Amino acid sequence: MNSQAHHVDVKEFHPRAQAAIHNPKIRQNFRRAMDGLMAKRTAAFEGWDLETLRDLGANIRLKALSNLPDLLEQLEAKLTENGIRVHWAVDGDEACRIVRDICVARDARTVIKGKSMVSEEMELNHYFGEQGIEALESDLGEYIVQLADETPSHIIMPAIHKNTGEISELMHEKTGTDLSNDVEYLTAAARQQLREKFMNADVGVSGVNFAVAETGTLCLVENEGNGRMTTTVPPCHIAVTGIEKVVPSLEDVSALLALLTRSATGQHITTYFNMISGPRKSGEMDGPEEVHLVLVDNGRSTIYQDDELLDTLRCIRCGACMNHCPVYTRVGGHTYGTTYPGPIGKILMPHLIGLDEGRHLPSASSLCGACGEVCPVKIPIPDLLVRLRQESVDGDRLHPAKVRGHGAKRSTGEALVWKGWAWMHAHPGIYRLGTGAAARFRALQPSKVGAWTRYRTTPKLAGKTLHQRMKERGQ
Amino acid sequence: MSSRDIILQRLRNRSGGELATPECDFSVLKRPDWSTAERIERFEKAIESVHGEVHHCTDDTWQERLAEVLATRGARNLLVPREHAIGKAIRQSGRTDLPELLAYEAPIENWQSDLFNEVDAAITSTRGGIAETGSLILWPTPDEPRLMSLVPPVHIAVLKASELYTTFHEAMQAQDWSAGMPTNALLISGPSKTADIEQTLAYGVHGPKELIVLVIE
Repeated sequence: MNSQAHHVDVKEFHPRAQAAIHNPKIRQNFRRAMDGLMAKRTAAFEGWDLETLRDLGANIRLKALSNLPDLLEQLEAKLTENGIRVHWAVDGDEACRIVRDICVARDARTVIKGKSMVSEEMELNHYFGEQGIEALESDLGEYIVQLADETPSHIIMPAIHKNTGEISELMHEKTGTDLSNDVEYLTAAARQQLREKFMNADVGVSGVNFAVAETGTLCLVENEGNGRMTTTVPPCHIAVTGIEKVVPSLEDVSALLALLTRSATGQHITTYFNMISGPRKSGEMDGPEEVHLVLVDNGRSTIYQDDELLDTLRCIRCGACMNHCPVYTRVGGHTYGTTYPGPIGKILMPHLIGLDEGRHLPSASSLCGACGEVCPVKIPIPDLLVRLRQESVDGDRLHPAKVRGHGAKRSTGEALVWKGWAWMHAHPGIYRLGTGAAARFRALQPSKVGAWTRYRTTPKLAGKTLHQRMKERGQ
Repeated sequence: MSSRDIILQRLRNRSGGELATPECDFSVLKRPDWSTAERIERFEKAIESVHGEVHHCTDDTWQERLAEVLATRGARNLLVPREHAIGKAIRQSGRTDLPELLAYEAPIENWQSDLFNEVDAAITSTRGGIAETGSLILWPTPDEPRLMSLVPPVHIAVLKASELYTTFHEAMQAQDWSAGMPTNALLISGPSKTADIEQTLAYGVHGPKELIVLVIE
């Protein structure tokens, strides 16, 4: 079902951005949603010492990352003790195979899914399709996106790019519901359709928001109850998560949860906070017989090597950075062509797909800094964007580029211009000659300078250089 | 080498060297010591803001209120715990104004379609609540299994006012959760909801459409 992600060329960012900017429906849907989310977030943090709380969030994530290998081992030991089986996957393909093997061993034909961005990253639905296993998304937004054969356009609200009318038409066409703009009706119809699926599913697949090493607990944050259904009703539950999601203790979760829901949707808490620490015990009446956790690396251990890039792994996937991003709000989530869109996608995806493939991502930003200001765990997103821009042109000789596919945007012409610029600035005589000549012959300056002056007045060179003026002032 | 060992080795041999572990100060999560009355007030305000319903009761009046709540909804039946005190009290009350009482006596496999299609309401106990966020704490047991608070369209929860904590942080410390967790633990803050269709709130998308809290003061 992830066919779109499979065929989208990330490099074609600019044509997609152009198309989105000129699509009033997209503009309106995102503008309205993002304005609402920003206002709700602000209201939800009223009365809080937000800076101190964000410091705590950042420190908890850094504390976890500083002990990552030990915590993962502790988590594995605790989960195993609790009866949850732990699997490790180096990349998305291996994670898909692990999930398939569990399904095959159980002779499972139908899978119901709770929301999981890691499974999107793995393109698990696509893989299930190839394997002839029916996989159905149960989060309402994901369900809509799956019906449309699309990918999520927002990590928290997957179907935010569609309005009610579009969803009504889609559900009418694919599931036979009546055409209606009544959201209650559409929701009730989806409830009915999915309840059948929950009852018949052989396996439930979910993501994880926090994995607690201390107690061996998988925490899921949700409003709909589909996450609880997915992890409770089918006889087998498979959770998939990135290796960075582990935290030392439950106490840490209390703080991160306070930050997560308020940052994401402006809620003080979600309807359900689901803490799973084991399969059904003897004597219990429900819950899965088997619970598995698949720990997915998929490039994370490479990000982990670098002190600066490591901050990317603090992310708790709230989506506040995209809600506040002027670029995301205008072009929408699909323009990026990546699993994670918006600012977090721009600093995370280059590691997953390489900077050659993702060359336009770090520069799809005005560096206004809003993402960094609202990040609940204080990821310096603008700094990381600048770092990745440097890496994409191999532009910092003191810090050799590391990210896979670095240097993809380097052009010999541009490099030469900057070399000349640097040389000129290191030679005062040449510099004065050059700026003097530019001032004298300014009449020859072209009136248009390509894209730069399409929407701007062309700046005019001054008639005298700064040095000349200072001299005239007698200073 | 296994994938596990490859990943752990990469993390252990980090090229950037050892990372410093920062101190975490949780005092920012602290709230003033609200009185019980204040805690109830805040709990009620928070849970009502997300469509939950609160009824103030006493040990003597909660069953009457329960009967009213069920009657106004036309519930044909009520799923009741077998062992827990609230279940016993309901069964032994001899009330004639309650609907048919059901019990979760068999594993889900044996009666899944009945639970999904025939049960109108369920009542469960709680392990307390959280005033700041308007949350109920539930630790499902064999007597009150996980799906009781999820599948029937109406969930009624009994909360003792004396067991209202100020924050989640305080509750988990007071109940010493780090010593060990049950197979499933939950915070429930309102009925099931979604805003996935154009940010319009709709209730009862997968779980209960209504959450009714009987606060026993």
